[in-house]
Amino acid sequence: MRVPILKQGDYLIASIQSALSDQELMQLRDDLAEQAGRFRSRGIIIDVTVLDVMDSFACRTLRSIAHILRLRGAQTAIVGIQPEVAFAMVQLGLALGEVQTALDLEEGLALLSRRTERGSGSEK
Amino acid sequence: MKNEARIAIASGADIVTARLEGRQLAAEAGFNGSDLTVIATAISEVARNIVEYARNGEILLSIVHDGNKHGLRVVARDDGPGIPNIEQAMQDGFSTGRGLGLGLPGTRRLMDEFAIKSKVGEGTTVTATKWIR
Repeated sequence: MRVPILKQGDYLIASIQSALSDQELMQLRDDLAEQAGRFRSRGIIIDVTVLDVMDSFACRTLRSIAHILRLRGAQTAIVGIQPEVAFAMVQLGLALGEVQTALDLEEGLALLSRRTERGSGSEK
Repeated sequence: MKNEARIAIASGADIVTARLEGRQLAAEAGFNGSDLTVIATAISEVARNIVEYARNGEILLSIVHDGNKHGLRVVARDDGPGIPNIEQAMQDGFSTGRGLGLGLPGTRRLMDEFAIKSKVGEGTTVTATKWIR
């Protein structure tokens, strides 16, 4: 199933609804890369609350999504990693690197609004 | 009560099926909370290795008992190219594929027991067991 992507002002919100296969994750990557350009988005939130497994492939794909979107001029935040998923990721040795994370959608929106604030001029 | 399952692995969708079945069987075995996620994650990694390196194979899941201990055993079997250097494959960050090189060493960390048998040209079998604490 394709992950629905909502446009909300300057942001895109991809809300994952069920476990994703590798192909569906790559579809999400391609959809976000395309829509971020079409809608001139400044921030993207990927909500992974329903994911019960974050394995090495999912982790690598989310990292590459964030990297691709940064190259397209947008900030990405991954929100909703469940505590047991975080626990398994640490044991497996997975890291999200420079990808920003937030507890939930609300925190993710707050994070993005700080990161994409217009005219702040202080962004790295 | 069902106490084993076999899942043929040939595509990315089969990886999702294998980890869902694994989670279900682990719950039936009596695992809960983060152990269910840990087991599903380990199954995902060994199943992905099959798709990535052998294309075809199978995952066998079974509820196992050893005295007072109860657990879940995951066997990932393929007749793919085999692993020439197991020691190298068990190192973090080593990969000949597209992965992060965390699949096998990561699975060993996630599970309580881990064994790998591989013969070049004949295939690979990974056996990993998690016991209920």
